Amino acid sequence: MPAMPTLALEFPPVSHVTEWPSIFGGDGPLAVNKVVILMWVSAALVFGLFFVASRRRKLVPTGVQNFAESIWDFVRDGVVMQTMGPEGLKFMPLLVMMFCFIFVTNIWEIIPAAQMPVNARIALPAFMAVLVWVIFNIMGVAKQGLFGYLKSVCFPPGVPKALYILVTPIEFVSTFIVRPLSLSVRLFANMLAGHLLLVSFIVITAALFTPGPGLVIWPFSFALLVGLTGFEVLVAVLQAFIFTILTAVYIAGAMHPEH
Amino acid sequence: MELLQVLAQQEPGELAEGLTAVGRGIVYGAAAIGPGIGIGIVVGNAITAMARQPESAGMVRTTMFLGIAFTEALALFGFVLSFIVAG
Repeated sequence: MPAMPTLALEFPPVSHVTEWPSIFGGDGPLAVNKVVILMWVSAALVFGLFFVASRRRKLVPTGVQNFAESIWDFVRDGVVMQTMGPEGLKFMPLLVMMFCFIFVTNIWEIIPAAQMPVNARIALPAFMAVLVWVIFNIMGVAKQGLFGYLKSVCFPPGVPKALYILVTPIEFVSTFIVRPLSLSVRLFANMLAGHLLLVSFIVITAALFTPGPGLVIWPFSFALLVGLTGFEVLVAVLQAFIFTILTAVYIAGAMHPEH
Repeated sequence: MELLQVLAQQEPGELAEGLTAVGRGIVYGAAAIGPGIGIGIVVGNAITAMARQPESAGMVRTTMFLGIAFTEALALFGFVLSFIVAG
């Protein structure tokens, strides 16, 4: 799709704002570009935060430890206790890492000079969704046995016998196919949409900043750009939260069949 | 169609390109209708519940985000599909 001139504006096509040239490693599947480097930096940041926070632990936390513990408390009280109960506490490391890592990879969207959410490419969300899929299936099989797990997924109790013709395929597809698909697409599409929104308003704001009648509406465009940047912070936190809480819900649902 | 192209003074390829753009718009627009209504219902009922029982606001908020996430997925499928629509 070529660039579309709209009202004398040159909107970049989607591929221009999401595809980055390879920095090293060739052009094949092992290419390392800006997105991959941002992902490595995010992983290092999250690891570094918790490494520093847990190095000299004190009973009364200060500084970095305080910060890390408040994240831990948020995930424990807001995610695990609400969905899995006390027995979900053994999944805390997974969920806290997931929350922090997704948040940091999302927040690159608004960091100057990075300006690219890693999750606007589907690779990372898809990998994490597959990871969640494997974990909740393993937990279901481990807790209920293979046939018990399949039975509780495909034959939810409390449904009239005749309706199982309809319910069983729907439940099977929605649990094993739609769950990982929607989990990855939700994160990916939210970040891509936010990225495109910011790109659109940056293009508009830059194009209006020239002498002429457009200069009258330039402040509004600029104000909206600033507001949307704040909105994207909210989206970054919310998507990390939703991904984490859905992981918790899926694992809890696989461990405890509906009665 | 040929007459239309002559009237609009277009190259033959431009019409298909324009119709693709219209199609993309329709795909996302149509996909956003249902989830838009759905998210309204979810949030509206969550506000009602929070107003009635402010002490259960935390639990309601968590469940509300879950409901929004499930409802919103359909609109996002439409968003992704609008890029996939052949151009």
